[in-house]
Amino acid sequence: MTEPASKNANVVAECLRSWNPKAVAEVLEFRGETTIVVPRELLRATAEHCRQDAKLQYNFLTDATCVDRYPAEPRFELNYHLVSIPRREKVRLRAWLSGNDPVVDSLVPVWPGANWLEREIFDLFGIRFSGHPDLRRILLPEDWEGHPLRRDYPVEGYRDVPNTGELFRKSSTP
Amino acid sequence: MTTVETAVGTAKTMVLNMGPQHPSTHGVLRILLELDGETVVKAIPDLGYLHTGIEKSCEDKTYSQAITLTDRMDYLNPLGNNLVYCLAVEKLLGLEVPKRAQYIRVMMVELQRISSHLVWLGTHAIDLGAMSVFLYCFREREEILKIFELFTGQRMMTSYIRIGGVALDPPAGWRQAVERFLKMMPSRVDEYETLLTENRIWIGRTKGVGYISLDDAIALSMSGPTLRAAGVAYDNRKAFPYSSYEEFNFDVPTRTESDCYARYLVRVAEMRESLKIIRQAFDKIKDEGPIKANAPGIIPPQREKMKTEMEALIYHFKIFTEGFSPAPGEAFVTVESPRGELGCFVASDGSPKPLRVHFRSPSYINLQALPKLIEGQLISDVIACIGTIDIVLGEVDR
Repeated sequence: MTEPASKNANVVAECLRSWNPKAVAEVLEFRGETTIVVPRELLRATAEHCRQDAKLQYNFLTDATCVDRYPAEPRFELNYHLVSIPRREKVRLRAWLSGNDPVVDSLVPVWPGANWLEREIFDLFGIRFSGHPDLRRILLPEDWEGHPLRRDYPVEGYRDVPNTGELFRKSSTP
Repeated sequence: MTTVETAVGTAKTMVLNMGPQHPSTHGVLRILLELDGETVVKAIPDLGYLHTGIEKSCEDKTYSQAITLTDRMDYLNPLGNNLVYCLAVEKLLGLEVPKRAQYIRVMMVELQRISSHLVWLGTHAIDLGAMSVFLYCFREREEILKIFELFTGQRMMTSYIRIGGVALDPPAGWRQAVERFLKMMPSRVDEYETLLTENRIWIGRTKGVGYISLDDAIALSMSGPTLRAAGVAYDNRKAFPYSSYEEFNFDVPTRTESDCYARYLVRVAEMRESLKIIRQAFDKIKDEGPIKANAPGIIPPQREKMKTEMEALIYHFKIFTEGFSPAPGEAFVTVESPRGELGCFVASDGSPKPLRVHFRSPSYINLQALPKLIEGQLISDVIACIGTIDIVLGEVDR
């Protein structure tokens, strides 16, 4: 499903490769959108470079979100959508995280606006962001069990079984 | 429960719990305010009271069914929400929408922008003590809702914009209704301005209040009128045109003062620009022409065709029993909602239900800057600052 790389994709990939050859694991193009797959250890440094570099100028973090590819492994696909307001270009930075150790460096030191976006991902997917100043649940109550946007979390949630006081739980069945 | 640890020892501060049931929070927003006298030392927003798991619900619906859920996020901008979701799915499918449908979409979302700004202006003014502006604004909003009812059959939860086009042809008499509105509205915007723009109380309550620097606004990912009032002409309709916005002639109003008053001026100017766009779209929409893309298997066939054509009946059955399956991939689309950059991220795994639907809601991200706006200010300015970033809690919590 890959399309030929756009002009902007080449600019970004070339610029990042000349800074650090390891930073670009893959360049994907789909429906005119550029995705740069970044090794997760290099995510913060790459984002910082995208923001600072005079040729890239990705100064605006518009969105951060996660996709759970359960049961594939690594299951979590973390997407950061960057916009360059002066250049009028967009790019997506992607990092893959494994299910048993979903930890990644937080981007709050790069963009303070990543704060609530990452808290939302932490809340709904259970991904931990190291270096985040305030990693708490944001949408759900603090005592909520589980992370609802994971694909193995039932859509209807865990509910009471009528008249028994029991809960539907995947793990409770022996 | 979110709590605040007050400084022990000096004990000069107190903690005030504002909301979640407070009329000026426009929904169920809770803010913990640490106060030193009347000055806010620290503010911690606490959200989630209206979280309904819309993104999770979308994963359990077919692509077409999820449209009705998008209406219910930002209830002041249902058409804009429909639009961003449909644009994302269309991008995923690689679907081309007929020009006529694009112009109808533009006209509808611009009407929506005006109606949303009217609600904002009315409620913001009532929060700050100007009762009559509210009545004026809701009078005109009613006219817009009547137009929506005429077009879609619904005043608010319209679900009018569909994947590949719009749901219905414009009804008989729509030109008169829109024409009447376009004739009436400019003088009504003047009326609001005579009530507020040079009103000394209004200026006193908003000028110099809720300042945020341009660098902070960009770093905190703020968008929409709040960012434009800080001095950047960043508008998705110009920067990344969608739905044929590149063919329309309009300006992006900006200010540099970056206070509540500047945001008010930007929004009022935006209403006037929207009127220009509606007028142009009004002229561009032809009386005849397709309103849906030609994509069998994705767009439901016409009722008449189902009675005569075998394929149409099969497609109808397949669309409504299992839906359609876009190729695996992701699409991220942003549009300019009345509140800022509204984004939709849709990921497909090749099945008839989306793997992931995510909304980049401008209210949620702009609200993040609230502590920055109010810390160090007086408690009465908190109300002005909540109003000025124009949040809709349905969209914040989704």
